[in-house]
Amino acid sequence: MNSINSIWARWRVERKSQIRGFKLIVYTMSRSPLSVIGFSFVLIFFVIALIGPILITYPQDVRGAVHMDQKFKPPSSLHPFGTDEVGRDIYSRVIMGTRISLQIGLLIIFVAMGIGVPVGIIAGYLGGWVNEVLMRITDIFLSVPGLLLALAIVGALGPGIKNAMLALSIVWWPGYVRLVQGKTLSLREESFVEAAKSIGASKFRIIFGHILPNCTSPIIIKASMDMGMAILFAANLGFIGVGAQPPIPEWGAMISTGRNYLMNHWWMATFPGLAILITVLGFNLLGDGLRDVLDPQSRI
Amino acid sequence: MKRYFLKRFLSIIITLIGLSVIVFMVSRVAPGDPAKLAAGPDATEEMVQIIQKEFRLDDPLPVQYISYMRGLLRGDFGRSIRTRHQVQEDIRLFLPATFELVFFSIAFAIAFGILFGILSAVYKDTWIDHGARVFSVTGVAVPMFWLGIMLQLLLAAKFHLLPIGGRLDTMILPPTTITRFFLMDSLITGNWVVFKNALSHIFLPAFVLSFPALASITRINRAEMLEVLHKDFILNERAQGISERLIIAKYALKNALIPTLTMIGLRYGWMLGGTILVETVFDWPGIGNYAVGAAVYSDFQPVMAVTIILGLNFMIANLFVDLGYGVLDPRVRYE
Repeated sequence: MNSINSIWARWRVERKSQIRGFKLIVYTMSRSPLSVIGFSFVLIFFVIALIGPILITYPQDVRGAVHMDQKFKPPSSLHPFGTDEVGRDIYSRVIMGTRISLQIGLLIIFVAMGIGVPVGIIAGYLGGWVNEVLMRITDIFLSVPGLLLALAIVGALGPGIKNAMLALSIVWWPGYVRLVQGKTLSLREESFVEAAKSIGASKFRIIFGHILPNCTSPIIIKASMDMGMAILFAANLGFIGVGAQPPIPEWGAMISTGRNYLMNHWWMATFPGLAILITVLGFNLLGDGLRDVLDPQSRI
Repeated sequence: MKRYFLKRFLSIIITLIGLSVIVFMVSRVAPGDPAKLAAGPDATEEMVQIIQKEFRLDDPLPVQYISYMRGLLRGDFGRSIRTRHQVQEDIRLFLPATFELVFFSIAFAIAFGILFGILSAVYKDTWIDHGARVFSVTGVAVPMFWLGIMLQLLLAAKFHLLPIGGRLDTMILPPTTITRFFLMDSLITGNWVVFKNALSHIFLPAFVLSFPALASITRINRAEMLEVLHKDFILNERAQGISERLIIAKYALKNALIPTLTMIGLRYGWMLGGTILVETVFDWPGIGNYAVGAAVYSDFQPVMAVTIILGLNFMIANLFVDLGYGVLDPRVRYE
């Protein structure tokens, strides 16, 4: 116990400046009401995704249970968001939808970063023809509206949640290349990079030890904003019928089904839509707040 | 200037070729067999093979690609494997509807986005500003298709204020074809009945399609206006006694518009992608709807065509944006 305490104490001393920096970020963010709202929405989203199964009342409805006697019930105390065309509890399905959205969002962002960040750094640092070729390829991907390209890819691979995630990852990485390449270009000329070069650091070390850590702020900001957007895009694909397929409780697919019964049963499409709105809004506000703190000069 | 155009033109061609390669590879590397899908579930092996021969799906990939590109140069996008229609014929039919919708939406988003941005900056920290800011933050987070459905429910189904979908009422004949834009054609021919009907049909889908763009244009224009209004040259103009209205509408706005223009270009691309959703929700007979219909059946020729056409459109829009910088800022040089 004592040794843990001493390690903790040492860690605190060693990381004093980082801890101070972090405290400053927390303080500045807590002064902006919109950032606090964003952070709370995101926190709630993560908590619900984590403890979802405890919150739901009809676990069997999350997958394909059918209770025809319960169908099209309007919101009530038994079914807070009403029931759908086969009597499933929409509340339980919306809650479990957070998990699916979280998985989709995280996977897309990690794959996109995993491809985009190294490619961007390599293009920016090496420059020359490598840069030219990599950026040309990136431009091709950016030259077509993302949703359309994703539709084309899912169209070829076949509908389904896995293919939708794959398609969105393919569409998403070029954004990171652009961001990181631009940042690397300016970092390359910094004196600390020159210093590292002059003491004989390898390219690998310069790229990953010196340039990458200095790119983290814009990457974190973009990732936070993209989390919301990726969830939104996955819902878009679910809605047009090429993403998650029923009975998977994905919000976009639920709205797509609910739309067929819209006129008499408004609740079916309304609640999943609100869930998307709140989630995306949360990530956007959080991203905005992070940007204001971490990278105050940039605006877009 | 000439050199600049030549360079841009070349880069568009190269990007288009790259795009066609990517789209083509995606379509051919895919696991699903389009011939099998088109032949239907009860088809025999021979029937599938006949379709494969007919669409030359058994040729080696490079050969297929070259013959596809040859077709493209002649404006031939191939045939849909499902409907057997020539894709370019379908596109010719559906494209005007999409462009009418997109142009209407982007015009709406630009006009009102800039206006809201100015108002929000000028009346900073009043209820106008608060309203515009709440809108600009939520606007980008709203799922477009859901907004469309909710407005359909409210304005069309509940209050019967606007039609629920389509381009015209079924009882109304389209106007004489001139531009293929119903609004324009009915205006030119003075056909007010059709004009009113077309306007009432386009309003909801255009509003929904423009919503995220409107929000982000408002937001960036507000931020830029706020920054410009604090610059020294504005102070100087105020000191000279130039009216506030002129300062805002002319001197400040022109400077604030440069980043706003970047955003407009970016959002235009999103809008082209958004047609897929909005056209599906509002049953709008455009190429977005067409692409979705084809993609669901892995009918790839139409999807490729739509991707390439909208991609080209986006590239041209970006060129216009870059030229726009020169109009707004005389320091910009094209080389």
